[in-house]
Amino acid sequence: MNADRTSQIEDRRSFYPADITYTQLIARNKRNSNVLVGVMGLLVVAVACAIGAMVSIYGTGVIRPQAVVMSIAVGLMVAVASTMFSYYAGAATILSISGAREIQKSDDPQLFNVVEELSIAGGIPMPMVYVMDSPALNAFATGRDPKNAAVAITTGLRAKLTRDELAGVIAHELSHIRHYDIRLTMLMATLAGLIVLAADMAWRIAFYGGGFGSGGGGRRRSSNSEGGGAAVVIVMVIAVLLMIVAPLLAKLIQLAVSRQREYLADAGAVELTRYPQGLADALRKLAGDDTPLETANKATGHLFIDNPFLQARGESDWDSAFSTHPPIHERIARLEALMR
Amino acid sequence: MFPTLITLGVIVLIVLFLVATYNALVAKRIQTENAWAQIDVQLKRRYDLIPNLVETVKGYAAHEKQTLEAVIKARQTAIDASNVRDQAAAENMLTGALRQIFALSESYPNLKANENFMQLQEELGSTENKISYARQFFNDTVSQFNTAVQKFPSNLIAGMFGFKNKDFFEIEVPEQREAVKVKF
Repeated sequence: MNADRTSQIEDRRSFYPADITYTQLIARNKRNSNVLVGVMGLLVVAVACAIGAMVSIYGTGVIRPQAVVMSIAVGLMVAVASTMFSYYAGAATILSISGAREIQKSDDPQLFNVVEELSIAGGIPMPMVYVMDSPALNAFATGRDPKNAAVAITTGLRAKLTRDELAGVIAHELSHIRHYDIRLTMLMATLAGLIVLAADMAWRIAFYGGGFGSGGGGRRRSSNSEGGGAAVVIVMVIAVLLMIVAPLLAKLIQLAVSRQREYLADAGAVELTRYPQGLADALRKLAGDDTPLETANKATGHLFIDNPFLQARGESDWDSAFSTHPPIHERIARLEALMR
Repeated sequence: MFPTLITLGVIVLIVLFLVATYNALVAKRIQTENAWAQIDVQLKRRYDLIPNLVETVKGYAAHEKQTLEAVIKARQTAIDASNVRDQAAAENMLTGALRQIFALSESYPNLKANENFMQLQEELGSTENKISYARQFFNDTVSQFNTAVQKFPSNLIAGMFGFKNKDFFEIEVPEQREAVKVKF
């Protein structure tokens, strides 16, 4: 690894208190991701309110509370339905997209043993073990809960790691399973998708009246009893701004949550192995490698232990905001801070 | 009318809290019992692997009688141990004895290269790790249980229903506090 990267790790390591423990890291990361999920929820509500307002304005010229409540209710119903659908879609889809094949103990006893050992440490049933034939260095976990989970690793990574490093990587993936990160990711994707859908719908309403009445107007009642006039204009402006900004905001929140959960999985890996060096060494090996993973695509990228898309290794801050994974030097620094 | 409803509501909430906390304590205690049983599962696994190891080694290093006998004896002592303390001590003796056997292989290259031996090396090494991790997990569950027993307000319910702190699994002999992960 180059000197530049090493000095980055050194700098970041001194950022953490000397006596920091993995328990503290876990608590901090869980708090952060809860806040982010809360913000996402608020965003969904805000968007639903805005749609309700817009619909009622275009339909009747005033903002009717009933319309706002209705659209929140409809939004929630759609959210629940689509979340449940993706919840049961299962691990099988992702595994087949990635070209992974299941292996038995006899195919690779050491890998099997490592997965079994760490499942015991975590008190979870042992997940299914998959292997991807690829020279790229990556691994991922999938499954809606520990009982229906699978862990996969590329042949490239499997060959390069020592037993301790392998334990670190597998522990990181098992932590994703233990923390129900896959479920959380599905939830966030559904919410974000809803927001994008809603924003799109809102544009239609704004420009074409959405078929609710004659183009852009409908029946405008001039009654003041339900708050017309200037208030309507202000609300419209806010609603339109929200529609422009919401999809971007949703994406940013989604990515921020993804990064927090990666840090959480790193800390969880230490909780399992009690050996931060193992994962730190594995990450150092990952940091030095440049091979892209052929079968990764946007839908599955965030599940991998390291961002499979080379361009987004999170070198600058701007890049970091759009990356599903935290910068590797930061992850290594955090792990090594635990070793002091 | 209204005050009565409020009082009733408060009572219901208190009862719900009591029930939820009691159930949580029970669940955590059962976790510790399950985790303890899991340690035994791994220990028994090791007992089952050892005869195979002894037979394989005999084939190549029959005159290393002392080392082989040490392992067989240590295994039997561990199986016969009646209480936790004796068992922990016996298990650590067994780890030491096994280490001797795998050290043997350095002097017997044919043994070292033997497929069966290499497999046993991986299996026994893995079993050692599993025993460590099972103990680690047991301690984690005990930690969670004890925290619930001592933290307010669940400590009130714990006191009421007789939930007591559990002991951690600890190695009592100082020499045996070395690195617990074994690499043969």
